[in-house]
Amino acid sequence: MSERQDPVTGIEAPIYLKYNFTAGAAPARFLSQIRKGVLTGQRCPRCEQVYIPPRGSCAACGVATEEEVVLSDKATVESFTIVSIPIPGNPIQPPYIVANLVADGANISFIHLMSECVNEEVHIGQRVQAVWKPEEEWDYAMDNIRYFKPIDEPDVPVESIGTLPVSGWEG
Amino acid sequence: MSQPDILNQAFELGFTYTRSTGPVVGRFLTELRDRNIVGIKASDGRVVVPPMEYDPDTAEALSEFVDVGEEGEVVSFAWVKEPRESHPSEQPFAWAMIKLDGADVPMVHWIRAGREADVSTGVRVRAVWAEETVGFITDINGFELVPEEMS
Repeated sequence: MSERQDPVTGIEAPIYLKYNFTAGAAPARFLSQIRKGVLTGQRCPRCEQVYIPPRGSCAACGVATEEEVVLSDKATVESFTIVSIPIPGNPIQPPYIVANLVADGANISFIHLMSECVNEEVHIGQRVQAVWKPEEEWDYAMDNIRYFKPIDEPDVPVESIGTLPVSGWEG
Repeated sequence: MSQPDILNQAFELGFTYTRSTGPVVGRFLTELRDRNIVGIKASDGRVVVPPMEYDPDTAEALSEFVDVGEEGEVVSFAWVKEPRESHPSEQPFAWAMIKLDGADVPMVHWIRAGREADVSTGVRVRAVWAEETVGFITDINGFELVPEEMS
């Protein structure tokens, strides 16, 4: 190469981790149900906590969980983050809200998006409900739910978050 | 409870790092792009390849670059029978510690050889340059065995 080039000052050094994820029995059941638009958890036979998504066992008691529990698509905000910085490869434009939500009938939270809300007014204890994709787009995926939006119900006191029955919150 | 379908999905997690090379490794890579291999002289006179920024004994900054040969001697090696996707060769090959002529410490690279029996400690090898060099360690596209009568 006759033309003088600039000195090398940097290199690309990407690391790619390639996984083949096989859902176990409990997650496969969960995914098969969410494909039909139903959120399901599993109840621990010992401590009676309901887990979503179910892993097939209770992490606290160390026993298998088999009883399936249909949950509501209404939930309570347990905690949340306003994401202001774009994440490479993530198509969602900030600012947006990622929240830990506890579905009615469950005792632990899962992570999902919130939208149709004023970001600055999102708060712990807020009541929300799933906004589903059109049924023809449903797949084995949690993003069958586009996001959760606030609903007009009174806030849940912090000490009651994660204890609501599947029938919901009376306030 | 009915038996669920077995659900499989491939996914890839990528960390798309770029790294600054600094004045010493940057120089090494720049020289590689020009099909030249450089080391650096340490405080005790040893020539270290690839060059390092700071002396391994005194921690002084190093700056005396030294050209080394593109041939060298195998100090040790490990034969890879079944290369994986991220390996530099689709054929079986050897990872090797290669002490280049003029260097005092070996560097890691790979050797293209037909059979494991062709590689041994002390055997002579020579860099194979990539058709297009870009300023990366893969500008050396492995080392090939130097026939004994030529070495």
